[in-house]
Amino acid sequence: MGKAWKFGDNISTDLIAPGRYFHLRSNLPELAKHVLEGARPEFALLVQNGDFVVAGENFGLGSSREHAPVIIRIVGVKAVLAKSFARIFYRNCINIGLPAITCNTDEIDERNELLLDMERGVITNKTKGEEITFPPLPPVMNRILQEGGLVAYIKNHKSLEI
Amino acid sequence: MGGKTLSEKIIGEHCGRDVSAGEVVVVNVDLSYVQDGTGPLTVRRMIEMGIEKAHNPDKTIFYLDHASPSPRMELSNDHEFLRDFARKTGIILSDIGNGISHHVTLEKYARPGDIIVGADSHTCTGGALGAFATGMGSTDVAVAIALGKTWMRVPETYLVEVNGRLPKGVYSKDIILHLIGKITSNGATYKALEFTGDTIAGLSTAARSTIGNMAVEAGAKVGLFPPDGETRIFLKLMGREEAFRELRSDEDADFEKHIEINAEELEPTIACPHLVDNTKTIGELGKVKVDQVFIGTSCNGRLEDLHIAASILKGNRINRDTRVIVTPASRRVYLEALRDGTIETFVEAGALVTTPGCGACDGVHLGILGDGEVCLATQPRNFKGRMGDPNAFIYLGSPAVAAATALTGEISDPREVM
Ligand code: SF4
Repeated sequence: MGKAWKFGDNISTDLIAPGRYFHLRSNLPELAKHVLEGARPEFALLVQNGDFVVAGENFGLGSSREHAPVIIRIVGVKAVLAKSFARIFYRNCINIGLPAITCNTDEIDERNELLLDMERGVITNKTKGEEITFPPLPPVMNRILQEGGLVAYIKNHKSLEI
Repeated sequence: MGGKTLSEKIIGEHCGRDVSAGEVVVVNVDLSYVQDGTGPLTVRRMIEMGIEKAHNPDKTIFYLDHASPSPRMELSNDHEFLRDFARKTGIILSDIGNGISHHVTLEKYARPGDIIVGADSHTCTGGALGAFATGMGSTDVAVAIALGKTWMRVPETYLVEVNGRLPKGVYSKDIILHLIGKITSNGATYKALEFTGDTIAGLSTAARSTIGNMAVEAGAKVGLFPPDGETRIFLKLMGREEAFRELRSDEDADFEKHIEINAEELEPTIACPHLVDNTKTIGELGKVKVDQVFIGTSCNGRLEDLHIAASILKGNRINRDTRVIVTPASRRVYLEALRDGTIETFVEAGALVTTPGCGACDGVHLGILGDGEVCLATQPRNFKGRMGDPNAFIYLGSPAVAAATALTGEISDPREVM
């Protein structure tokens, strides 16, 4: 179980991993201290292992920097839930083994306690006693995620078969 | 069965069978590249995978363009890491000063009908030549470099038809800003945009690349231009006419949407802070005082862009309260602008000209904005915090708007100074 941290629509990669820390991209633990700083400066101090990032439409728009989902994962976020995701960011999440879940996030409030069941496709909001269902990932992405990301997938299969 | 879209045709050729929108396929990749911000992670992913070589080293490029030259020792070390790996593997290195990945790719490598993946979101710039070019993250590109393949979902296509003569002072930048304002910054997520119509047919490859570059700002996977006579002329100019081939969607292809734009009704258009779809025509904008004008980037740093700006600045002085930075997109653009006097015009007008590369666009160097500052830039995006201080304000416009703004110190209509 983990807490929900709410964000709005159009959270860009410039808000998640700001360009002013470009020089920290080869030092991900340091970069992670600034995760989502542009949207919420104190986020890195608040977030705890197992928490959720919960957002509106078009989460992760902007650059291809994979460092953005990587640092969200480094600070212990279990999954990102959003109404919709930008294309490259979504793929990056799955590639690095961070669940990106498209669902209706309107009823989730800040600090609600959430439980994620990937198998059943259900998020249980313990605080409100509600369930939110979400559609399964596309099969190829589901397999990549199940195997722990694209690097592990390639190592397991020795090729790119889908 | 209906005809095929350009995307379906190109993807089909690269997986050896007929495909239709919605299918998920593995394709052969013709060209892969990274830049200095995404490349080090790509190399680390290749090391993690245990494949420390490129499937096709002479079709793989490491571009050092985002920090060019390096302003910090951490980035100098990243550069050394990339240079070293390129040396060991035979991967092509495009070192600092050579220019921005997407533009150099147009000049030297991209071919109509190619599949190109780049670890940079604006890789879609290659669509200007009719290449299926798309941005991905470091791990995806690591796989493309290592195995020469990637997987993708065949996108549905939105056909964007632009007809009519562009009015004076209105450019391809205004077309794409208008489109994004209309369909929003996720209006084409996962889709292919394909551009057609007589206005598009009349645009140079440079002008097309401004539109292709910004396809991702509407969420799109690619921004495709069917290769035509202009494409052939461009390739010939670059000394590689043999790369040309004709390719277009079938008449009866299945387009998910058809968007029409009347070019004659367009006006100089501005994207306001902090989202690209927050657009206004210059008439709607009101008075905005500007601290910095930035002309360059993968969107508008080409010779044609510099010519447009220089023609407005020639013989004039920039406003005394405004600084103007010009960053050519590539070494070639820089040289041509030097030889034809364009650089001289900028410097005489009071602008400063930097080494080719991304320049101020990425907030790393060469024009970082301070607290509360306002910038009018020709780059493709204006997200909060992009150019430095999160409390700065970035407006986007064409090179003509940039030059007019440089003269007056506030965002200005180029039609009034032309
Ligand atoms: S010029 Fe700007 S938008 Fe273009 S590749 Fe460089 S940083 Fe990205």
